[in-house]
Amino acid sequence: MSPVRQDVESRVNLLSRFTRRPGRTAAEATALVVAAVVAFPLYWMVLSAFKPAGEIRSGEPRPWTSAPTLDSFRRVFGQQDFGRYFLNSVVVAVAVVIASAFIAFLAATAVTRFRFRLRTTLLIMFLVAQMVPVEALTIPLFFVMRDLGQLNTLWSLILPHIAFSLPFAIWMLRGFVKGVPEALEEAAYMDGASRTRFLWQILFPLVLPGLVATSVFSFISAWNDFLFAKSFIISDISQSTLPMALLVFYKPDDPDWGGVMAASTVMTIPVLVFFVLVQRRLVSGLGGAVKD
Amino acid sequence: MYLAPALVVLGGLLAYPIYQLGLISVFHYTQAQVSGGEPTTFEGFGNYSRLFSDGQFWEVLLATVVFAAACVVSTLAVGCALAVLLTRVRAVPRLALMLAALGAWATPAITGSTVWLFLFDADFGPVNRVLGLGDHSWTYGRFSAFFLVLLEVVWCSFPFVMVTVYAGIRAVPAEVLEAAALDGASQWRIWRSVLAPMLRPILVVVTIQSVIWDFKVFTQIYVMTGGGGIAGQNLVLNVYAYQKAFASSQYSLGAAIGVVMLLILLAVTLVYLRLLRRQGEEL
Repeated sequence: MSPVRQDVESRVNLLSRFTRRPGRTAAEATALVVAAVVAFPLYWMVLSAFKPAGEIRSGEPRPWTSAPTLDSFRRVFGQQDFGRYFLNSVVVAVAVVIASAFIAFLAATAVTRFRFRLRTTLLIMFLVAQMVPVEALTIPLFFVMRDLGQLNTLWSLILPHIAFSLPFAIWMLRGFVKGVPEALEEAAYMDGASRTRFLWQILFPLVLPGLVATSVFSFISAWNDFLFAKSFIISDISQSTLPMALLVFYKPDDPDWGGVMAASTVMTIPVLVFFVLVQRRLVSGLGGAVKD
Repeated sequence: MYLAPALVVLGGLLAYPIYQLGLISVFHYTQAQVSGGEPTTFEGFGNYSRLFSDGQFWEVLLATVVFAAACVVSTLAVGCALAVLLTRVRAVPRLALMLAALGAWATPAITGSTVWLFLFDADFGPVNRVLGLGDHSWTYGRFSAFFLVLLEVVWCSFPFVMVTVYAGIRAVPAEVLEAAALDGASQWRIWRSVLAPMLRPILVVVTIQSVIWDFKVFTQIYVMTGGGGIAGQNLVLNVYAYQKAFASSQYSLGAAIGVVMLLILLAVTLVYLRLLRRQGEEL
């Protein structure tokens, strides 16, 4: 072995011995501490939901509970129509996810695969549309919904959320559609596949990870919304959604923390489940979307 | 043809409302006009001149910009640092951090706001106990209230940055990093001279996305500071517009604020497009 090479090897060994090992232990300790800090609010939320009222209102909060109780959950579920609110939220979120994924897929295919006039303009419009502050449009949307006669219906929540999640979904899906080689499309046509068949049987499965990643965003925006629910569902509370049910317990002067935490837990769990289900695809999806 | 559904939905529920927003902002529009009791009158730029001569508007605008900037910088710093950290640990700590981050990401803004508020509650929250702050109220002071909201915003938005940047780093070939390490480059040097340039497109995307999101923070401010804080000290443009329109029925003033926001974000978009073009990316 030549001395030079030996020198390099010993330097590498030195490097890994002196920087990597202690470095890695420190890094792993840091990662675990950060994970604990990041998870703590969620832990505290669930914990407080199970605490009896006396412990919540104690001046000495403890990170455990000696007498877990379902009282707070009973108050939440005992609230009139709570099941109804939950169902409404699910309906709105699912409808938005499916509709926007479908529409965005078609549109993303069009803007990446076809060349037409105004294509670039359209793309820029989609980008600009993402910037639109949703809250500012509450006023005109209220009038649109009134004119369509959709106030107090779930449509008044579904339609705007489809519109607001579309631009981002299209923009993100574009990268995925682009990633599918054009040769594949030509090969499909050579084999006699129709355009529709190519779209649904070949392209669709290939961009599915991207669709999952985008649907996470549309799901969250629909599930979290409380502004539209507050502004458009004015008189028929049977059409209301979960955030409104949560705010019932939250009075700025004297909040019922147990109730708020229980309702928050109920509201967070479906999203968590959704995230865990799509976790892998989400990470690879985001990686794919930004790679292009 | 494939575009038709997208165009119909966006045209009807995005473009048309924006047009109406502009329209409302140049008319005199209050409760009486909404219910049809009085005819609408054209005001031209009257609403805007009223807005621009109002000291509160400028104060809110400044607060919005500073607050959004602080949020973006903190989110990016935390997100990137943790993404690098993720690449340097083994599977178990990585999974722990990833799951915790996904949990924070998945938490709806409204529940995140109430939970953080509870954590920092003056009477029953654990944070004041641990820090020994007695019954110090975080939402009373202007800066501490903004700081509390900032913590929540960073908590729920750093995971997007972390996951995206981590995915980006993983896509960088391992040989490149090894070569740099062999040449004796320090970790910081590797990050600055090798990773950062390769990750530039991704960093641009997450930065712009963060700017857009943080400039439009609504729920957190609305819930955590009770609709804008004591005497409106914690208002940001978005909440300000909502309060003007729905709390005091000055729809046209609210619409005018909305238009101003739209124009600011439009400027950000133009910068973004220029950056994209400089990278030579074809749209």
